[in-house]
Amino acid sequence: MDGYALYVVGLLTAGGIYAILALALNLQWGFTGLFNAGIAGFFAVGAYVSVILTAPESPTIIGGYGLPLVVGCGAAMIASGLVAWGIGRVCIRLRSDYLAIATIGIAEILRLVFKNESWATNGPRGIAGIPKAFEWVPYPWNQVAFLGMVLATVLVIYLALETAWRSPWGRVMTAIRDSEAAAKASGKDVERFRLESFILGAAIMGLGGAYFAQYLKYFGPETSDPTSVTFLVWVMLIMGGSGNNRGAVLGALLLWAIWSATELLTSMLPPDWAVRSAYLRIFLIGLVLQVVLQRYSKGILPETRPAVVGTSTRAGATTGNAT
Amino acid sequence: MWELFNFYLIPGIVLGCIYALGALGISLTFGILRFSNFAHGEMMMLGAYFTFTIVGLTGWHPLAAALPAMVLCAIVALGLDRAFFKPFRQAPTIMLVIASFGLMLMIRSAVQFFWGVSPRPLMPGIQRPQAFLDGALLIAPKHIWIIGTTLLVMLAVHLLLTRTRTGKAMRAVSDSPELARLTGIDVEAVIRATWVVGAVTAVAAGVMLAMDTQVETLMGFKMLLPMFAAAILGGIGRPFGAVAGGLVIGVVEEMSAYPFIGTVPLLNPAYKSGIAFGIMVLMLIWRPSGLFKGRVF
Repeated sequence: MDGYALYVVGLLTAGGIYAILALALNLQWGFTGLFNAGIAGFFAVGAYVSVILTAPESPTIIGGYGLPLVVGCGAAMIASGLVAWGIGRVCIRLRSDYLAIATIGIAEILRLVFKNESWATNGPRGIAGIPKAFEWVPYPWNQVAFLGMVLATVLVIYLALETAWRSPWGRVMTAIRDSEAAAKASGKDVERFRLESFILGAAIMGLGGAYFAQYLKYFGPETSDPTSVTFLVWVMLIMGGSGNNRGAVLGALLLWAIWSATELLTSMLPPDWAVRSAYLRIFLIGLVLQVVLQRYSKGILPETRPAVVGTSTRAGATTGNAT
Repeated sequence: MWELFNFYLIPGIVLGCIYALGALGISLTFGILRFSNFAHGEMMMLGAYFTFTIVGLTGWHPLAAALPAMVLCAIVALGLDRAFFKPFRQAPTIMLVIASFGLMLMIRSAVQFFWGVSPRPLMPGIQRPQAFLDGALLIAPKHIWIIGTTLLVMLAVHLLLTRTRTGKAMRAVSDSPELARLTGIDVEAVIRATWVVGAVTAVAAGVMLAMDTQVETLMGFKMLLPMFAAAILGGIGRPFGAVAGGLVIGVVEEMSAYPFIGTVPLLNPAYKSGIAFGIMVLMLIWRPSGLFKGRVF
């Protein structure tokens, strides 16, 4: 395999991890209307927890238990879910603005903890040499195997969310999103359903973090920078189409391709300009978000309502009568 | 005793003044436009950068240079409202929150593009603190300026809200936009006035923060959490509740670093911003309407 193909494999792997995050956000925002502005925080919790459990013993970080990666991923999901449970218990009953502020806050506090508690996380220098799945496979193919694992995970999460979307559970979620009062009136425990969606979404974000740490084989406080994680994932979902799982995946891959392509372009500029135009890229992505919000608020693949069995037969009957 | 006063309480009040001015703008925007403006911190930062450039060009005192910066920022805020917020007047408010979230990153990256990311001082040199009460009480001149300016700006906002037609219209829209519209109040004009007041107070806060520390591109983002915490602590939609909330958070943040027990700071200063978050979470559990009975949405 030549370097070009390997570059594409790396790009797809990162794109796949972003697709996992976008699907998780779709569960929270697209399904239930929960504004999570702290994706980076859940992502970082997942990454650090999995690294601490799976890394070999080292003087720079705590843990180093060398546990299997599967255990690390599972623990990452549980830890992120627990953080979400804590925030959710406090904020989920209030208007979405409060959840947005609280999630931004918790992400920032977590970043401070990971940065300052050097005895546990090696502080701002971050953790290098993180074990990665399929490292025993000979060189270029381990990257391909890892990509396969990421894409398989995307597929599993996608199928699970599609099932959830069609299930009574998913219908309750959209009902809560569209009218909390109506959902409450039909006897649904709105707070519990919201909390479920928030925790599940956060757990998947934690898994995304665990994968990302493996992918880079490095994780530091700046890897979970709010700009590149939280903001990109939001633009991905809104561009792709919130409320549509395929839209989430498409938006993630598309925006990641654009993001990487512009990075490639700016790296060809003279050094002084390359640094500056990195900010220009963020500006342009922000502009994309605004244009999509105003002109195409449904995204590339708009939300489609799953057919309700009872209604569709009745609708069919009416059409039959008319013709 | 004086050490606690000079090195913890006074810096706490100074920081609290800055939070208070920021929270004032957030609370006003929330009251009238009904959404949490995440781009407010970036407006502070932009104002500080405009001031920095004006000081560089003219050599004025930063507080004097802040006046043209306020005008510039008010124009920017009105332009941003027209381009990014006005299309969502009738939409669910969460669209405004997302738009402001995007705007936060757009403003910051634009500043990073034009001015670069390295922090720069707004006030050159180190100032010797002024001594009062036979040298027991020490206050840096810039701190006197900051506290004085804050009082002045707050008095101006108070007079605006209580004595002028615009201010009364603003309060009416904050209480009930529909009722205000029915009584013939031009709601769009009120919204424009809100952006102008928000921008002016944001620039004041930003410039004073830059005088106290320095001009840097992340200063607005760092202020976001304490400002929201202050607005919630005081009660959303209660401008002077936000001021009280800002002062409380500023003082508690600074005091938390005092070695009350033994010789180490009570709380590692790196976690100062955790205090605002902690206060906010406690308020959301205990009393989401804030100390002064604001609104809960």
